[in-house]
Amino acid sequence: MIPANFDYQAPSSVEQAIALLESSHEAKLLAGGHSLLPAMKLRLAEPALLIDLGRIPGLSYVREAGAQVALGAMTTHAAIAESPLLASRSPLLSRAARQIGDVQVRNRGTIGGSIAHADPAADYPAALLALDAEIVARGRKGERTIPAREFFSGLFSTTLLSGELITEIRVPATTGAGTSYAKFHHPASGFAVVGVAAVVKMASGKIQSAAIGITGVADHAYRAGAAERALVNQPASAIAGACSRAAEGVDALGDHFASAEYRKHLAAVYCRRAVQEAMAAKA
Amino acid sequence: MTKDIKIKINGVEHRASVEPRLLLVHFLREVAGLTGTHIGCETSLCGACTVMLEGRAVKSCTVLAVQADGASVTTVEGLAQSGALHPVQEGFWEEHGLQCGYCTPGMIMAAADLLEHSPAAAAGATPGDLEIREGLGGNICRCTGYQNIVAAVRSAARKMNRRKKAVAA
Repeated sequence: MIPANFDYQAPSSVEQAIALLESSHEAKLLAGGHSLLPAMKLRLAEPALLIDLGRIPGLSYVREAGAQVALGAMTTHAAIAESPLLASRSPLLSRAARQIGDVQVRNRGTIGGSIAHADPAADYPAALLALDAEIVARGRKGERTIPAREFFSGLFSTTLLSGELITEIRVPATTGAGTSYAKFHHPASGFAVVGVAAVVKMASGKIQSAAIGITGVADHAYRAGAAERALVNQPASAIAGACSRAAEGVDALGDHFASAEYRKHLAAVYCRRAVQEAMAAKA
Repeated sequence: MTKDIKIKINGVEHRASVEPRLLLVHFLREVAGLTGTHIGCETSLCGACTVMLEGRAVKSCTVLAVQADGASVTTVEGLAQSGALHPVQEGFWEEHGLQCGYCTPGMIMAAADLLEHSPAAAAGATPGDLEIREGLGGNICRCTGYQNIVAAVRSAARKMNRRKKAVAA
């Protein structure tokens, strides 16, 4: 399978990439290529211009930035999975990265490419939502910071504007909280049928706060607000009941592998597991 | 539109003017003439086309040749050193880690990446079966049922550790 023909440019700066992006209505950005290239081979995507971000220096890093950890958009899943800094400051993202695809996919795929693609079954969105992460986007008019909660907007859709590209992702250090990512893998593709990320803070044996991000259930990842509210100031015995509300008000997707009803059921089960694991992780 | 690129494959530089849509696996097989890397599913799932790009295992059907411009690639043809098989190749031979052999080059490259980067292997231990199976999760074999493939990688890990100790001693 061979992609349709395209023009290829490999800019050496973000500014050049933005100028190229604005030069064509049918341009696509190439990061790790592990969603775009398969789509191009199937001719589901036929960009006229492919802008390869792989030659821009300085877009791959994991570094401390005050109370946050900053990741370059071109950082691979493998680098995120193996990062000692994330392991000590914000391990949830590493945990999600370790469960993406397989070794070869993790060696090439990037966090910026993955979230810009916004697959409804991708792993990062659940973690980024639960962490209240920030996405830094740059366009011709400058840079802006988008809260994760305002970033994922629909099936393969984000609030990135045309002419903008992601340069950085920032996640808060989760010192003092327990975190977990619990995932039901699709047995063939490895994508999340349901994936639940939880950030749980405890105080005097009770749940002080819980942030729960869920991927795979709906057309885009969401925060399980009803379940989160039902957990505040509650003991561990309240988790199952609260998590029965994990897909409350959500328009669930169904396919031949997992019906909408089954996905909602899994959301409750994996919510419970993620919150329990997050509590245990804090101990 | 074509682009002039050069890729160092198994230590030898190959130059060509290619269409940007040319996949790395086609560059390896058709431009460089190295047909040890196989094309299986062509959809990034089966791992038959696995090679090392800058030292890490990748599926060469999901990398454009232009993305590898200036990079170093190792294919299964480049694993043996001075006529001596790589321990992973020996392991597959001795433990009979194949039947039809179609997936074998990709399996061997993924296994080599695993043993190169496994924390257990780095610590001088043999990776457990779970770690081996996880490391080969991106490679599909429809003949063997994987038992002998896991045995082959385990055997290779032991060999590599013995050789490291012998060199150290």
